[in-house]
Amino acid sequence: MLNPDSVGRTFEGAESVTVSQSEIDAFCAVLSENNTTLAPPTFSIRITLEQSQEILSNPEIGLDWSRVVHGDQRFDIKRPIVAGDTFKCSSTIENYKVAAGNEIVTVRSDLHLEGQLVVSTWSTLVVRA
Amino acid sequence: MIEVGNILEEKIFYLDRAMLKAYADASGDQNPIHQNEDFAVSVGLPNVIAHGMLTMALVGKFVTDWAGGSVAVKEFSGRFVKPVIVPADHKVDLTVSGVVTEIEGDRITVELKASSAGVKVLGMSKAVVVK
Repeated sequence: MLNPDSVGRTFEGAESVTVSQSEIDAFCAVLSENNTTLAPPTFSIRITLEQSQEILSNPEIGLDWSRVVHGDQRFDIKRPIVAGDTFKCSSTIENYKVAAGNEIVTVRSDLHLEGQLVVSTWSTLVVRA
Repeated sequence: MIEVGNILEEKIFYLDRAMLKAYADASGDQNPIHQNEDFAVSVGLPNVIAHGMLTMALVGKFVTDWAGGSVAVKEFSGRFVKPVIVPADHKVDLTVSGVVTEIEGDRITVELKASSAGVKVLGMSKAVVVK
């Protein structure tokens, strides 16, 4: 079970992440997207979901990542990601509830470049009972 | 001229195991339920399932194709209501359609539908684009 004290807390990613052209190319290739100058709208999940996993699986937080399924997802995009962007990622546990034995957690992740918000994502994760 | 009620013509994407592997590598999500049939079945799934975020990425491609590229997309959301089931050596469909539901200044809201094998897989999905 998630530690209830963690709800509302924000976790800063320890290291910044720089997006490479080859990462964007690989993502575009799966989608048969020929324009690889801009990352596709959902590309930021590559950065944010890994960070959420790291935070939520921390024993102090206590989420069982092995039983997590993705419930829903939202993106708020100020501008498309391009190669060379270097982001600091912070993640906030915005909401937590238990329904029918399943834990439901909403995590907001913000990608900042030089202090400016570029993408916010909300991932609702369901830990199956 | 785009108006409320305009239909985005239906498009069918095809998914197979090779695409799931490619998406796993591109996204970093190597959860074995998306690649290993024995593992997927052992955790109660009917077969290997596609990443929900792959489904959403393909719906995103549908939107960017209509809107004129990734630069147009300001908001994008969806709920994963059923998995896309991907048996070995098969191509399964992801059938996507949309309708314009709201126009406010230069912001156009599109409601999106996605199904596979006749089953709705993405719910409450919408995108806000500037075209």
